[in-house]
Amino acid sequence: MYKMASELETMTETRKPKMLAENVNVFYGTNHAVKGITLDLHQDEVTALIGPSGCGKSTFLRCLNRMNDTVASCRVEGRITLDGEDIYASRIDVVQLRARVGMVFQKPNPFPKSIYDNVAYGPRIHGLAQTRTDLDEIVSTALEKAGLWNEVKDRLESPGTALSGGQQQRLCIARAIAVNPEVILMDEPCSALDPIATAKVEALIDELKGRYAIAIVTHSMQQAARVSQKTAFFHMGDLVEHGDTTEIFTAPKQERTRDYITGRFG
Amino acid sequence: MTDHTVKAYDDELRDLRAIVSRMGGLAEDQLVGAMEALNEFDAVKAAAVRASDKLLDKLEIDAEKAAIVVFARRAPVADDLREVVSSLKMTGLIERMGDYAKNIAKRTLAISEMGPVALPPILDQMARDARKMVQDVMDAYVHRDADLAMEVWERDEALDNLHNAAYRHILARMMETPEKVGVLTHFLMIAKNLERIGDQATNVAEQVFYTLRGVMLEEARRPKHDLTSTELMTGEQ
Repeated sequence: MYKMASELETMTETRKPKMLAENVNVFYGTNHAVKGITLDLHQDEVTALIGPSGCGKSTFLRCLNRMNDTVASCRVEGRITLDGEDIYASRIDVVQLRARVGMVFQKPNPFPKSIYDNVAYGPRIHGLAQTRTDLDEIVSTALEKAGLWNEVKDRLESPGTALSGGQQQRLCIARAIAVNPEVILMDEPCSALDPIATAKVEALIDELKGRYAIAIVTHSMQQAARVSQKTAFFHMGDLVEHGDTTEIFTAPKQERTRDYITGRFG
Repeated sequence: MTDHTVKAYDDELRDLRAIVSRMGGLAEDQLVGAMEALNEFDAVKAAAVRASDKLLDKLEIDAEKAAIVVFARRAPVADDLREVVSSLKMTGLIERMGDYAKNIAKRTLAISEMGPVALPPILDQMARDARKMVQDVMDAYVHRDADLAMEVWERDEALDNLHNAAYRHILARMMETPEKVGVLTHFLMIAKNLERIGDQATNVAEQVFYTLRGVMLEEARRPKHDLTSTELMTGEQ
């Protein structure tokens, strides 16, 4: 019995969330876009955020690395912590935060620089490499983790923009990984990709989840079902349902979730 | 329930449901036909039941094709997924009901050649109960009534008890009239067939319940009071 209790304790400890959003509200002027959302992200886990356009899922995602700070009319209330630390606290360095909580966008957005420099950019500005050898190591490791190394190792000086769409997206993932993030946020990362490139990114997400906590916004129900362990359904700013992906896609508890994922929304 | 935004999806599900319902109705008819043939020792009716089984087999294949189309085109989730998966399982179960009815008909043909022997009335009672189970579980399916499905599921116990009684009764008659053991063995197997039809209806009830509620009725919770293969045999020895 003692052993069981201690095992349970260990389990509870390992379930401490990497990020925790508590009662988060977001306003754009008077528009209440995100309403009292509480959600946790864990390492070893992909959380899919789904819901119709304008439901608040991307807005919520952007709160997690303070991307909304740049929107003048945007006001974020509530508490979001990374390893228990409030990311909206005044002492927080936002640039540092965004290195710890990386983001991959809908459209691949490599810098107009070489493949190498795209990946090396973050480590350089964060001073992660002392020597060129260090930097080479960081770049190759990040490209390897992003599953791109074999495709680009012989042309690291080629422009990143010359890669295919799928490769560009994986380059952006490599760029996010290069600064040793703990959380990766993805906003519809495959919506501009063909099915083969999508499959490669999804396989990558699967591999990366062991090292990072990942949140992905997607409009593809099948993608959410394929890549995530947890799914959160947003509707009109509310978090309607959050639970195991297998549960959500086989027996959702809320009628609104059922209607949305089965295509019954009018 | 709200319709899907894509109307063709609803049409495909409706087509699948129509096949499942039709199969349920046919299985019931097959059971009724088989029991009529048995009661009247009518070889012609029994042969007709055997022949009609082919339609059930065909419909099962139609349902499979329709379900595969839904999987391929719609990638169903949630209650749609449960419904399509359950439909596949249900049509298999209903087809089995038809096989049991066919087996009763086949045995009727054999019995009719052996000369008349009084039919144990308990077989009729079993057939009535089994038929009601099939009828009600299909009603539960069509009217999306999970409570009725649960009720049918619970009724399996009563049919199992009847089967136990039938088994004892037929065994006793075998001892009384050893010269009739051939026909009586057929009656024993017919009782088993009827009990199995009830089992299939119970399994269909589980599928209907799961489709509607998203909760699986645990196999362990299933009423099991058919003792003929264990305790009763041991008792006889």
